[in-house]
Amino acid sequence: MSDWRYALAQNRATLISVAFFVAMFAIYASNHPAGFSANVVETAANKGVLLALVAMAQTFVVITAGIDLSVGSVFVLSNCLASAIVVGSAGHAALGVLGVIATGAACGAVNGLIVIVGRLQPIVTTIATGAIFYGLALLLRPTPGGDVYEPLADALTGRVFTVVPASLVALAAVALAVWIPYSRSALGRAAYAVGSSEAAAFMSGLPVASAKASAYVLSGLTASLAGLFLTFVTYSGEASAQTGGSYTLYSIAAVVLGGVSLYGGSGSAIGAIFGALMFRTIGDLLFVFNLDPLWQPLFQGVVLLVAVSLGAARLFRVRNRLELFS
Amino acid sequence: MTESEQGPPILRMEGVSKRYGGVRALENANLAVSAGRIHAILGENGAGKSTLIKILAGVVAPDEGRIALDDREVAFGAPADASRAGIVCIFQELSLVPDLSVADNIAIVNPPTRFGMIDRRAQRRVAEAALARAGAEDVHPMALVKDLPLSRRQMVEIAKALARAPRILILDEATSALTAADVAKVFVVLKRLRDEGLALLYISHRMHEIAELADECTVFRNGSNVATYPAGTKSDAEVVELMIGRELSAVFPPKPRQRTASATPLLDVRRLSWTNRLRDVSFHVETGEVVGLGGLDGQGQRELLLALFGVLRGVTGEVRVAGRAVAPASPHAAKSTAIGMALIPEDRKTEGLMLPMSVGANLSFAALDRVSRAGVLDRDREGKLVRQMMDLLAIRAGSIDIPVGALSGGNQQKVVIAKWLMAEPRIILLNDPTRGIDVATKQEIYQLLRKLADAGAAILFYTTDYSELIGCCDRALVIYDGAIRRVLVGEEITERALVASALNIDSDTGVVAGGAS
Repeated sequence: MSDWRYALAQNRATLISVAFFVAMFAIYASNHPAGFSANVVETAANKGVLLALVAMAQTFVVITAGIDLSVGSVFVLSNCLASAIVVGSAGHAALGVLGVIATGAACGAVNGLIVIVGRLQPIVTTIATGAIFYGLALLLRPTPGGDVYEPLADALTGRVFTVVPASLVALAAVALAVWIPYSRSALGRAAYAVGSSEAAAFMSGLPVASAKASAYVLSGLTASLAGLFLTFVTYSGEASAQTGGSYTLYSIAAVVLGGVSLYGGSGSAIGAIFGALMFRTIGDLLFVFNLDPLWQPLFQGVVLLVAVSLGAARLFRVRNRLELFS
Repeated sequence: MTESEQGPPILRMEGVSKRYGGVRALENANLAVSAGRIHAILGENGAGKSTLIKILAGVVAPDEGRIALDDREVAFGAPADASRAGIVCIFQELSLVPDLSVADNIAIVNPPTRFGMIDRRAQRRVAEAALARAGAEDVHPMALVKDLPLSRRQMVEIAKALARAPRILILDEATSALTAADVAKVFVVLKRLRDEGLALLYISHRMHEIAELADECTVFRNGSNVATYPAGTKSDAEVVELMIGRELSAVFPPKPRQRTASATPLLDVRRLSWTNRLRDVSFHVETGEVVGLGGLDGQGQRELLLALFGVLRGVTGEVRVAGRAVAPASPHAAKSTAIGMALIPEDRKTEGLMLPMSVGANLSFAALDRVSRAGVLDRDREGKLVRQMMDLLAIRAGSIDIPVGALSGGNQQKVVIAKWLMAEPRIILLNDPTRGIDVATKQEIYQLLRKLADAGAAILFYTTDYSELIGCCDRALVIYDGAIRRVLVGEEITERALVASALNIDSDTGVVAGGAS
């Protein structure tokens, strides 16, 4: 086989999710009463980017064969924090942005520390820390409110060159600045190795602990970027348990739709981003076809189940059935 | 190359000991390795070879003794430390990451970077050079490791080791998965590395490979080095002589005298095959007979037991139980009364017991249908049978309600055995059941096996301990490379015969091979 066929095979899951999203979005846009207009795209983009960022955050941890059930809480906490500190003058708001990002990274570091040093399972750890992060968000914003530095919010939720949604540009910038360097760094490589086979990674002399820690920190950091963006969209902060919970669950769905293996070791955040956009488009499709929105959860569930089944097909080829359990 | 060219050793191990619990794996072991030499390590199961390698590779730390590299004492806390010191090991269990590409794996320890990111082109060049050096140009650097067949993965493993520019290269049964053509290529590579001044430690059970490759040999027995000699100066028979001599660790119950073969053996296996791990295995076990499976560890013994027990898919051949052809599709089918098979697994912690659950619950798991009526557990009946089993095996537990994980290793192993006896099997398969348990419990297990056989069971017993084959078994099947290499009957089962046939040596060892049954 030639090089490009190997490259194709290894990025198949990501490419499939891109293709599915493009097809779904084309159906959506061509059936939308307003057609494929800049407005339609902008609204869809602002909704999609929030989940795309949270899904990207989830990807970091899932790559290491872990799971982060606190991403939704970090997302909400960052939203509440941003509505309090990303205000005032431009300089003050800029410091506020840094503060929110640092807080998100710190939340991730706490998760990583407990998982690595305390050797607790990621799922339990992040349920517990997620509740704590959400509790902090509630203390910060017992009732919805707050404010945000509007010039920045308007710039990031509007359009660039009158047609391109600024949110998509921001998403692409985050992917380029965070995901691409990480996935191509030696540390990112080690994170993949740990997720694929922790024993082999250890025996190869890789830095197992720092690889995992970096994944959790970047997960928290990216979730806080999503929280910032939520503040830009809503101009306020709200400690909503429902938002936190649903974003956590949807992020896992998006990651799976984007071809990231929950067993760890394979997939990319690019796939997860398109998985998230795809997941959002399912709801929009129901809208343009005049289906009752009540069908949305059921429909999303069916799509998710089909995607997971495709991923599990390899298990039929296992010849030593003990391997199914390891 | 002659031994007179040998320089001062670059690696020296002195008085190294290592214990696991009460088991001594290495006892005052010494080894000196020189640059530009291929040094072979020989020894039977449990002689200490793998512990030796693990210590050198930084996987485990020795309890006592010193290791010196270039006359400077070193201590490795992790594989990364050993790797930095120039010691690279090619393990039997591969250290490749399955979801990454070949190039990613080869460059995994120290990938070439540009501006903090991995330089893929440079990595590709590194990988191609390493693959070429290992003689594996046919492997595409972009292929995922999990998509490669085992023999190619082994070649990638060798390329990965070479890419790290080692000073001391350790190969642990590195050729076991390779085709003959690959072995020839690897040998060319290894000889070239030797001429380039590397020190190579070569662990293998393939005597002809050692004869072709090694400059020096060291034989290990019972955790200590017993002899070091220039390769080619000892005959195979002399080598076997050096390897045997393990003291018998236990007392065995007397074996019954000659038995008469029945027309239909209880377990009759014909031409059993599975992938390339089992090849045309045919044998039978009679009622009342204890048949041992021997040979070096990892020659397919475990797969044979799993195949009989319905764990493997795609098994070909014929299995007859009491004359009737059966093909159990799962352990559930294998334990049904029609077949009546039980498998005492190798690893009691993962395949034998539910550690946090009670002793009583664990004992009932294989016999739930016996202790329930219409699907509802009969607690009285369960309690009675459980107590019966605990008495039969003398399981020492404060109460049947304490978690089985709280028992000693020996008692845990008895629970695993008792659990299967409760299902009243007539064919009992055992996968190295005495590994890591105390001598007293071992003896109780030997007595029990004989008692079960006398009561009419057919027992197939895989053990890595030759003394158990000698002491417990009426016949011993020696497995080599997935096939039965030799069948030893009664008095023929001696350590010398077992070691020689396990190593696939044809030299005269004074014993005539029994015909395959």
